[in-house]
Amino acid sequence: MAELNTGKKSTPSVDLTPMVDLAFLLITFFMLTTSISKPFAMDVAMPDKTEENSDDQLDVADNRTITLLLGSDNKIEYYMGLLDRPIEGPTVVDYGKNGIRPILLEKIKQVPQITGDPEKGLIVIIRPSDKANYKNLVDILDEMKIVDAKQYMIGDIGSAEVELLTRENIYN
Amino acid sequence: MGKIKIKRASTKVDMTAMCDVSFLLLTFFILTATARQPEPLPVDMPASTVQIKVPDTNLGTVTVGGGGKVFFGVTGPNIRINMLNRVSEKYGITFTDEEKQRFSLIDGFGVPISRLKDLIAMDNTQRIAKGVQPGIPADSTDNQLKEWIYAARMATAEVNDEQMRIAIKGDADEDYPAIKKVIDILQEQSLNKFSLITNLRVAD
Repeated sequence: MAELNTGKKSTPSVDLTPMVDLAFLLITFFMLTTSISKPFAMDVAMPDKTEENSDDQLDVADNRTITLLLGSDNKIEYYMGLLDRPIEGPTVVDYGKNGIRPILLEKIKQVPQITGDPEKGLIVIIRPSDKANYKNLVDILDEMKIVDAKQYMIGDIGSAEVELLTRENIYN
Repeated sequence: MGKIKIKRASTKVDMTAMCDVSFLLLTFFILTATARQPEPLPVDMPASTVQIKVPDTNLGTVTVGGGGKVFFGVTGPNIRINMLNRVSEKYGITFTDEEKQRFSLIDGFGVPISRLKDLIAMDNTQRIAKGVQPGIPADSTDNQLKEWIYAARMATAEVNDEQMRIAIKGDADEDYPAIKKVIDILQEQSLNKFSLITNLRVAD
């Protein structure tokens, strides 16, 4: 049986659609399992414990310091100056754009005018209470970066300040 | 009037070009992929606006999550082996070469030193099972975390001749005292600078 040679060459075309489907499926898989977004590192410097008591606490004028007490329920209580005779506050505020940020920005502008020395800016003291969570700490440190606070430190909370938070009902 | 002949366009599209592009992309993703490692202690990191990436080398990561559980990991297999040698010397527990080799592939762990042998013997899927790793003891009576961090720093200094950076990777809902405990351990070793690992915050 001889095959009939018509002389007409059939073009070898293959339907590539399933192959493309497969390729895109694999692409999707690899895109989802790859961790492209590397996490970010926020640098923190803590005050040196050994030097804390010697000279740090003496020469800071109380009109330059703002103390932020991090309480529960995502609330901050802040006051200017010393706790027993605060220049301003204590007031309870929220985190973020409509909470602590305008206050910090205002103080950063105000304090050099009061002290009359652009070098003597605002000093922020952050005191997280035991009821604050880690997110609060990161949020407030982030806020320091956003408002570009030059001097800030993380300190321990005292019992008088805990009492204050309890009174404002943000320590539970 | 004769019929106007409308030339119908063929519905067939040549898939060759598309196939080329998709396979190019596929190759790219396969080559750049660093498969996401399953973590023994998954944490939900808080967000921040900082945009400094976490370094890849000479980094010790303390993970805090799941109600105060502490895990520790350090980058680089050689550093891990060196660190294990130091700690095993300290606690008088010896590890075989094979165990050391296996340990050097573990990214992070959270067991007391007495149970480390069991952990090394497990395979990857068993290790990340819930409840297998209870965290490294870090209280004042039995502060193993301190020893691990110290050993990791010494190991990094010896192997790579560089300072190890410390990063704390905490869960957003973790209470502050749990984080404070880790910070205190770091400060005892005069480590006053460290990083907090965060996700990127999308506009506020």
